[in-house]
Amino acid sequence: MSNIVLQDIFLLLILIGLSIPLGRYIDRVMSGQRVFLSRLFAPLEKGAYRLMGIRADEEMSAKKYALSVLVFSLTGLIAVWLLMVLQGSLLNPEGFSGTSWHLAFNTAASFVSNTNWQAYSGETTLSYLTQALGLTVQNFVSAASGIAVLYALIRGFVRKERNTVGSFWVDLTRITLYVLLPLSFIVAILLVSQGVVQSLGAYHTVSALESGAQQMLPMGPAASQIAIKQLGTNGGGFFGANSAYPFENPTVMSNIVEMLSILLIPSALCVSFGRAVKNRRQGTVLYVVMMLLFVGALIGITLSEANGGITLSGVAANGNLEGKEVIHGIGASSFWGAATTAASNGSVNAMHGSFTPLGGLLLLFLMQLGEIVFGGVGSGLYGMLAFVLLTVFIAGLMVGRTPEYLGKKVEPYDMKMVCLVILIPPLLSLLGTAVAVMLPAVHGWLTNSGAHGFSEVLYAFTSMANNNGSAFGGYHANNVFTNVLGGAIMLFSRFVPMVAVVFLGGNLAKKRQVAASDGTLATDNAMFTGLLIGVILIIGALSFLPTLSLGPIADYFTTR
Amino acid sequence: MRKRLVILRPALACFAVISLLCGVVYTALVTGAAQLLFPAEANGSMIRVTLSDGSVREYGSALIAQDFTKPEYLIGRPGEVSNLSPTSEEQAKLLQERIDWWHSFDPENKADLPADLITASGSGVDPNISPEAAEYQVARIATSRGISQDDVRAVIAQYTTERVLSFLGEPVVNVLKVNLALDGLLG
Repeated sequence: MSNIVLQDIFLLLILIGLSIPLGRYIDRVMSGQRVFLSRLFAPLEKGAYRLMGIRADEEMSAKKYALSVLVFSLTGLIAVWLLMVLQGSLLNPEGFSGTSWHLAFNTAASFVSNTNWQAYSGETTLSYLTQALGLTVQNFVSAASGIAVLYALIRGFVRKERNTVGSFWVDLTRITLYVLLPLSFIVAILLVSQGVVQSLGAYHTVSALESGAQQMLPMGPAASQIAIKQLGTNGGGFFGANSAYPFENPTVMSNIVEMLSILLIPSALCVSFGRAVKNRRQGTVLYVVMMLLFVGALIGITLSEANGGITLSGVAANGNLEGKEVIHGIGASSFWGAATTAASNGSVNAMHGSFTPLGGLLLLFLMQLGEIVFGGVGSGLYGMLAFVLLTVFIAGLMVGRTPEYLGKKVEPYDMKMVCLVILIPPLLSLLGTAVAVMLPAVHGWLTNSGAHGFSEVLYAFTSMANNNGSAFGGYHANNVFTNVLGGAIMLFSRFVPMVAVVFLGGNLAKKRQVAASDGTLATDNAMFTGLLIGVILIIGALSFLPTLSLGPIADYFTTR
Repeated sequence: MRKRLVILRPALACFAVISLLCGVVYTALVTGAAQLLFPAEANGSMIRVTLSDGSVREYGSALIAQDFTKPEYLIGRPGEVSNLSPTSEEQAKLLQERIDWWHSFDPENKADLPADLITASGSGVDPNISPEAAEYQVARIATSRGISQDDVRAVIAQYTTERVLSFLGEPVVNVLKVNLALDGLLG
């Protein structure tokens, strides 16, 4: 256990150490300043703008910004769908044929919305071309879109009496070129050095040592996709078993690189935010809130996995190893579980369906909080900022003053947008679950019976409605109902809040800056930190306690 | 119409440029660098053995488990991924079956079974077992091969990886490598 504690502290310290310089760098990139990579990429950037027919200083209204996000994402949706359905012989050594229309829709929606829910196994379904040109590209741009929209909101706080929130094309291009591509390249090479495969050759066949039976070893351009899947909080595995599969994550070091990559950009963005609004303490408060919620969940999950599972006579008690790789053990599997559900990543290095009931409950709850504990890149922080506005609003009601945050008055229009951001994911999680459990066919899709079976359904729709993408693997997801409903849920829960956030930013940008007075609620101290955590937990608990009682809590009390 | 083009043109151009950069150029660069710098790792960490007649044979990947069932081999974790709740009746039944299998396979052995030998991994192809799970099997392997337990332990120690910096990850024994070494195929 002391190893695990040391390991957790070590990982979090490295994370904090890396996130601060990266956060500063991202803010320089997003505010259009020159950075050290400009020398290399500036000509490329200019060329790209010329092709798009735009100028770098051309700004957009909120409406145009939001429309650009939607049109761009729709382009990606159509491209991935076509690539999957029409999958041909190009870069397809195993000769996989096109997929069903509904699986293609689900997957396209999933990758465009940064969810990466997967109802298929990559190694038995997709050509290398689909993986690289379809899915890898969406890994990049869905992450970049999240950060772009975050900055549209941040500009709303910073600007005074302006009608524009930046240019989506410039934001998207700069974040991809200067942040995501170089970071992914480094991480990809680190992963290959550990044994993550990266080849365009055909699958290997070997005969096994003892039986001589043929064993198929899948290959592919995996490391390049896995790097951005972690950095961009996408999470979709190149292979079906995701990062539990040794070709995705073979060693202790690869595991550390991937775990840190999951949390790196979401935490760095807290630093970027503090710098962008010229008030670093505001960024620090959000970082602290996320970290406290994360550490709380991490402790709970680790304890539950270390002490849970079945004790049988004649077996050494070693915690719950079911669904976990020996090399990652209880410690690194619990850390990964907490990180991937907190940060809206959804990749796994252990099977979440085989976590203990209470460990599984915390994984679920981290998603149900709305993916704001670090959360998706960009989307986590704009979700957290929605909760900040809600907290300011509630505090304002208590003392009878107009609420304000960062010098901007929070008014009814803003609160309507905040409600869209906060309420859509829980609404869709619960509606999806409710519809699914009423179907007679649902029994055929479950592996577990009883309360854990219900948890499989709840987890599936929570994961899709919060753009996470991980699963209780016992749920057989590749059917028309789950593919179509789930695809629609992923799109709605991604793009309705996104558009609301852009409009919120647009509305805030139009406002005057009001000077702080004695009556202004301070949002950078311990009291506000506590208040914010309280609001987050209360909203999450109010939305989900009934379903959690039917699932993991009942599971805990009715099984051993 | 003009107004619509104001968004459509940059959207399509931006998508094309980024697809080219992130889908084609980036993937090609990583593949090139990987094949140049780490060819063995990038192609699946295959174990190649030069046999006595000079031919080279591939025995599998060091990272992907193979099935072993004979008493003279180190046996790895169960291959099937259950996705069952660890506290369910179904899982308890499954574990009991595996415990019974181990006890009938190695009736002399009265030690406690290490948990990793009866639980499935997440991948179903976990190439490793814990050092305790290897130690549990030492006596059986030694007896069935007619070699000393210390010889078996020496081979296991050679293919044991300790925690990084003594506190990161978990110590593991690579099952396939140990078995290849026991068969005299790996030094």
